[in-house]
Amino acid sequence: MSAQEEADHGVTSEPARVDDEPIRILDEDGTVLPGAEVPDLSADELLSMYEDVALARRFDQRAISLQRQGRIATYAPMTGQEGAQVATSYALEKRDWLFPTYREHAAKYVHGMRLESLLKPLRGHRDGYAIPDDVNVLPEYIPIATQLPQAVGMAWGNELQGRTDRAVLCHFGDGATSEGDFHEGLNFAGVFDVPAVFVCNNNQWAISVPRDRQTASETIAQKAQAYGIEGVRVDGLDPLAVYEVTREALKKAKNPTDDERRPTLIEAVQYRYGAHTTADDPSVYREDDEADAWRRKDPLDRLRNYLYSEGILDEEREADIDERIGAQIDDAIEAAENADADPDSIFEHVYDELPDRLREQRDELNALREKYGDDAFSEVLE
Amino acid sequence: MSSATAPAAETDADRLTLVEAVRDGLYAEMSADDRVVVLGEDVGKNGGVFRATDGLYEEFGGDRVVDTPLAESGIVGTAIGLALSGMRPVAEIQFMGFSYPAFDQLVSHAARFRSRSHGAYTVPMVVRMPYGGGIRAPEHHSESTETFFAHEPGLKVVSPSTPFDAKGLLTAAIRDPDPVVFLEPKLLYRAVREDVPTGSYEVPLSDAAIRREGSDVTVYTWGAMTRPTLIAADNVAEEYGVDAEVVDLRTLSPLDVETIVDSFEKTGRAVIVHEAPKSVGLGAEVAATVQEHALLYQEAPIKRVTGFDAPVPLHALEDYYLPQAVRIQDGILETVDF
Repeated sequence: MSAQEEADHGVTSEPARVDDEPIRILDEDGTVLPGAEVPDLSADELLSMYEDVALARRFDQRAISLQRQGRIATYAPMTGQEGAQVATSYALEKRDWLFPTYREHAAKYVHGMRLESLLKPLRGHRDGYAIPDDVNVLPEYIPIATQLPQAVGMAWGNELQGRTDRAVLCHFGDGATSEGDFHEGLNFAGVFDVPAVFVCNNNQWAISVPRDRQTASETIAQKAQAYGIEGVRVDGLDPLAVYEVTREALKKAKNPTDDERRPTLIEAVQYRYGAHTTADDPSVYREDDEADAWRRKDPLDRLRNYLYSEGILDEEREADIDERIGAQIDDAIEAAENADADPDSIFEHVYDELPDRLREQRDELNALREKYGDDAFSEVLE
Repeated sequence: MSSATAPAAETDADRLTLVEAVRDGLYAEMSADDRVVVLGEDVGKNGGVFRATDGLYEEFGGDRVVDTPLAESGIVGTAIGLALSGMRPVAEIQFMGFSYPAFDQLVSHAARFRSRSHGAYTVPMVVRMPYGGGIRAPEHHSESTETFFAHEPGLKVVSPSTPFDAKGLLTAAIRDPDPVVFLEPKLLYRAVREDVPTGSYEVPLSDAAIRREGSDVTVYTWGAMTRPTLIAADNVAEEYGVDAEVVDLRTLSPLDVETIVDSFEKTGRAVIVHEAPKSVGLGAEVAATVQEHALLYQEAPIKRVTGFDAPVPLHALEDYYLPQAVRIQDGILETVDF
């Protein structure tokens, strides 16, 4: 099989080339492509992956609705990208580290964060960013591309401390590839050969700026060549292909062969169906039929069709899953909406020890609360 | 509160310059704690542009004294990741004027990791930067923009003015659980030598130092300006019989409010000396602090003797820009004569 055929039909470890088609396992209908190998996942694992993609889709719809009702603040939708998010996190082991952006809600959830904690910051509660001790997830990154050098540092630090059994996976979007930190991060990753996997969720748009105004490169994967590391393009709407490519990259990160570099840049070619955030309107900057074309390759539909054809999913199981998902999301919303925040927490966790000036400022605030009551503090905001 | 912490083991001391004391502090902490790594441009074989890491590469090897690509955001961002993984990175930025590409990493991330993760993750790192003018350096090599960093909640900012303090403050900064911006006055790197204990010791990041006791006026300063301030204080004592107290802030954030206010209550007059531009500088913070706490002790307007609100000039005019002893002396006399 030629390298091109491999690239078309299955997983390859060859570096990406300019004309590389993304790696695919499922076609648009969810049928396994000729020559492609389905990843070694059990029926239960496949069902669970499907359930997580479905949950992510439903969560996203509910979150957008909650924002429209004024029940949560500005939200970054992920519909269209759930397959890649879930699949990349399925490829992680629990001890691997995840560096997410503000859109990787599903990737965080699958790697151990609770649904409720995804919603709480959107309700204004910073404690939603609190990470449980046994979960290796960083708080979401809002400045663009800043996480790349940090992911490199974490991967490098783990290696220096002999923790060679874990890798770091770092998400970012196509817009991030324009930032200096993208270059600096990948350059450091190559120079220090750290166990890190970089996943560019190329969803074609950086708010209103299309990919071809972001870079003149034919592909984003090809940028890896400039840093002496491997670049791979994968169909980001094909969860099985994303899983396999990410799994291979993580395996190599932890245990490269003699002539391999550990880091990989994965370009997951996909689409953001909706708005960048609930604060923008994509109809201003792009055509509806563009989204329609991508929707025909929908990751949830493809995975569902595949599982039906394999006899792993049927209507009864799908209904069970739907019911479970609905209840889970309802519970998370209820918990987030019932959360309360103590004004003292403004002053917490700024430093290891509370400095005098912060203690004084906290005491001043509390004296005013005592004097005027908490209701007085909302007047200016209402 | 106001005096330097006594060294733990006073058996031995070397006569060191400030930059040698920095190197000595790095050496001691790297020897004591495997997690301490040094990274930056030219810090390895070259020993740093000012030789602050001289010999560390030979001693500890390339895994712990790391020459990085030339990329300030990459250096600080990677140091953040190293700190998150449990290391104790000490990153060097060659000159403060080159720190701005890394500003986003410092203020958006290093300063906020503890609060953003609700205490789950911390960034115990140090970013060393030579700062300030007076060495006839090219453009962008003489900045004194400590206010940028001191304004940011979550960062600590330190600037030593003596070799003893340089080692003790750096040791405390490396051991501190929060990110510390460590500003080294390059004018003083080789200006003086003093006894620096060979063992480890900390100068706490909470205390200002009274460098000269006095009763007529307090002069607040830090870093490179401590030296001309002390010269000016000696001059006014000798020539005019004015007894100036000199307070070296040492830690610029958080400030040692108690020492600042106690001294003002004693003298009732304040002059603040810094080489940074006057407007929105730390001098304004010190002035506001004494007014908030000790207005009724105030006997004269508070005077600031500072750099001007203009870019640091090239070296032909540098002496006019930086507060020299004569300007400081003039400010002291104006305050006392009010």
